[in-house]
Amino acid sequence: MSIDMAQFHQTFFEESFEGLDLMESGLLDLDAGDADIDLINTIFRAAHSIKGGSGTFGFKRVCEFTHIMETLLDEMRDKRRKVTQEAVNILLQSVDCLRDMLASERNGSRMDEDRVSQIQGMLNDLFNKKEASQLPAAGNTAPKEDNHDPDAQVWHIRFIPFPNLLAKGNDPVRMFRELDLLGELEVVANISNLAEFSSFNPEECYLSWNLTLKGAVTMESIKEIFEWVEDDCELDIRSLSQEKTADAVEHQSRPEGAGNGSEKEKNPSPESINRDSSKAIDKRGAPATAENSSIRVSIDKIDGLINMVGELVIIQSMLAQLGKDFDIDQLGKLRDGLSQLERNTRELQENVMRIRMLPISFAFNRFPRMVHDLSQKMGKQIELKMSGENTELDKTVMEKIVDPLVHLVRNSVDHGVEMPEARRACGKPETGLVHLNAYHKGGNIVIEISDDGAGLNKERILRKAQEKGLIKDGEIPSEEGINELIFLPGFSTAEVVSDVSGRGVGMDVVKKNIQALGGKIEIISREGKGTSFIIRLPLTLAILDGQLVSAGDQIYIIPLVSIIESLQIIEGNVNLIAGKAEVYKLRDEYIPIIRLYDVFNIPPKNTDLKGGLLVVVEGDGKKAGIFIDDLLDQQQVVIKSLETNFKRVEGVSGATILGDGTVALIMDISSLIRLSHQPGYTNHNVTILSASKAA
Amino acid sequence: MSHSNQYLTFMLAGEEYGVDILRVQEIKGWNKATPIPNTPDYIQGVMNLRGTIVPIVDLRNRFGLERVDYGITTVVIVLKVMASDGNRTMGIVVDAVSDVYNVSADEIKQTPDFGRSVSVDFIKGLAAVSEKMVIILDIDHLLNSSAIKNIDAMVN
Amino acid sequence: MAKILAVDDSASMRQMVTFTLKNAGFEVVEAVDGQDALKVAQTTKVNLVLTDVNMPNMDGITLIRQLRALPAYKFIPMLMLTTESADNKKNEGKAAGATGWLVKPFNPDQLVATIKKVLG
Repeated sequence: MSIDMAQFHQTFFEESFEGLDLMESGLLDLDAGDADIDLINTIFRAAHSIKGGSGTFGFKRVCEFTHIMETLLDEMRDKRRKVTQEAVNILLQSVDCLRDMLASERNGSRMDEDRVSQIQGMLNDLFNKKEASQLPAAGNTAPKEDNHDPDAQVWHIRFIPFPNLLAKGNDPVRMFRELDLLGELEVVANISNLAEFSSFNPEECYLSWNLTLKGAVTMESIKEIFEWVEDDCELDIRSLSQEKTADAVEHQSRPEGAGNGSEKEKNPSPESINRDSSKAIDKRGAPATAENSSIRVSIDKIDGLINMVGELVIIQSMLAQLGKDFDIDQLGKLRDGLSQLERNTRELQENVMRIRMLPISFAFNRFPRMVHDLSQKMGKQIELKMSGENTELDKTVMEKIVDPLVHLVRNSVDHGVEMPEARRACGKPETGLVHLNAYHKGGNIVIEISDDGAGLNKERILRKAQEKGLIKDGEIPSEEGINELIFLPGFSTAEVVSDVSGRGVGMDVVKKNIQALGGKIEIISREGKGTSFIIRLPLTLAILDGQLVSAGDQIYIIPLVSIIESLQIIEGNVNLIAGKAEVYKLRDEYIPIIRLYDVFNIPPKNTDLKGGLLVVVEGDGKKAGIFIDDLLDQQQVVIKSLETNFKRVEGVSGATILGDGTVALIMDISSLIRLSHQPGYTNHNVTILSASKAA
Repeated sequence: MSHSNQYLTFMLAGEEYGVDILRVQEIKGWNKATPIPNTPDYIQGVMNLRGTIVPIVDLRNRFGLERVDYGITTVVIVLKVMASDGNRTMGIVVDAVSDVYNVSADEIKQTPDFGRSVSVDFIKGLAAVSEKMVIILDIDHLLNSSAIKNIDAMVN
Repeated sequence: MAKILAVDDSASMRQMVTFTLKNAGFEVVEAVDGQDALKVAQTTKVNLVLTDVNMPNMDGITLIRQLRALPAYKFIPMLMLTTESADNKKNEGKAAGATGWLVKPFNPDQLVATIKKVLG
């Protein structure tokens, strides 16, 4: 039988990457000086599993490498080795290295051998350090038997099982059967120890045997057969043709020892261990976060679904029964059944959607390591607090929110939290705090990244914005407006572009990415107290909270997140710029009016702005008022792609199917605003002031 | 025996057109489509086909024929359109469905060249079936090159 | 057909063991750790238990000890999957009532041979 082991590789890689994440977060917790045995055990088990799997599935190099890690961790959990900062750091680097090794194995790419042996060297050095006292005596435990005489023709075996041998699931017959395979076997049972019938315990073994085995058999192969029972019996194996073998037998217990430490002879020169640790940080990540189209679903969720489908079946059969010979008297029952069906269907839909939901810890779990590494590098002391890690959101949203979050956390570490001296000088504790928090609020997930650092420096932001020409001279935005400036393209506050935050990606990209997910970001900052970034995202990209509006004879959907307010048009507030471009005066702002029927080129119902409805929306930082005929319901809609069978359409992000089965288009506000600027699409063919400039 | 294919034929302004029956997903009655903004006239809009959004092309309009009001025989033929970037499902609005014919490959004759007055890009050929002429359409060409690409051009 | 309870917290090992054993004609029930296995064992009668040693929630040795205490499992063969370096584990396991062990890494053929040997 030959089994293709490659079929198990995918699972092995998946679980190994998970194990590595577990090791990493465990090691980071150890870092805090916490030598919790359970924690070390968890880390050990992960290493142990990777070692076992890699050995089984033929990844020799990985197996070898993990073996040293496992041994170190084993000593730590047995308290034979102290948990030092150095050990934790080396183990963390090993985790990174192992992650890359596994990725190479998976992708069939070449392993960075230099790095592997460097880190392996560090591990070995650590292993050989004297602090690791009371190392078990090395040396192979199995004494070399004299198997130099395979021609020993006749073996005599005396086998006296202890009474409890059977109770360990071992059966002497099995051993006889195996011996029989080696050669010609003769079995003589000794029943002299048989108990009196009255005290006979059928669960105990009273027999002993004298066996004679003839054939070209080695001592080792015989001992192998008795390997499992050697502690549960008296065993005497002698070669009859070589009576002097008495010294090789009579071993009821083997010498203790852990063994194979002596096999490892790889001790690279010490100079190879000093390397730039930042490289290790940068190299990590990619393989672990590699896109994977499969999703793990907890049993709870599946059980929930099965229950609901069960209910659905019951309702269905009830309705079928009702329909069989329906009588108008049963109308009430039918209605009940239908409303139950509706409820059940909705629940089912919600739960199916939940399959795609993962706890945000999937995104958060990289941060302990990142903050640890960054703060060490920058000489800052930072405690990372995380809460709400179990808050769930859609897998797709999760994948896309990671980069913005990484940027914001880097930002907090780099620009937010001050150096320890500076903190001490203003009476704060030297250790700064970065807090990641997530929670659900009204169909959205809210993620907060807060620090207790210096807060945004408003003067500096303003000065910089003026220098860069992002705001007009003499213009002083509101407090909030100043904070918003950092989201403008081309803005960077770092006096010195550090390699932590200054990676050419600005806050404008962060904002853009969040908006692309249908989300919002805002800043709350208090000078000297700290800064919070608050991100609001829809829980899923598949469902959207929409405002149904009508224009002409069509129904459109405006995403609720884009809507600032809806208002009835007061004629006096409408102004014409250059006689053409319509703007609406909303408090101290002028916002362009978009006549939806114009932009979408449909026959209008009402063309008179007076008394009409204006939905004030914002997209890409620009505001606009959409002139529509009527505001209808607000509802959650399932987003369907137009691109599946068609093409992307400007001004439209997708479509949905309404209750009556017809299709309604979902507006893409940013794109709609852009569209309204293009000549040819609107009768009001003029440039329109952008909201931000008009402010 | 040369290979013969089955073609579904339909009527459009008195002419009979045929499409490879293997590409026909279903035929359904005309239902009001939701218009898509700023697309050519012949894109009638999109319809809901069991949960997927399917664009509908008015073939009269596409061929520049006189427009008629949709009536009880007006049907939408839902077709599978193949393109290099994957398959699409699209519907075409026609006057009425006609028949199904077996046509062998050698019965399909090259379309005569009309110069630039009539575009024949999307015509695979002409077939004579029981003394009638059937215009065999190349739907991949018809529904990819025209409908989709024109829209691209407009957006840019 | 002999039924085997395979216990391992590693999904890939479970997958491999199950596939191999089913391929060899055994019936297999899986459990992800000792606790899980104990639950399974209370409702299912198996002919052999094959368990990893290092597992969360309940390790293999504890599992063996607890299973041996169940009348139905008193004489059922129980094999540990253990690593070379863990000699002390073998002894601990034996003390808890393990029948024997299989040293990791092993290949599918070794696995099947060992199990056949035990089940006869």
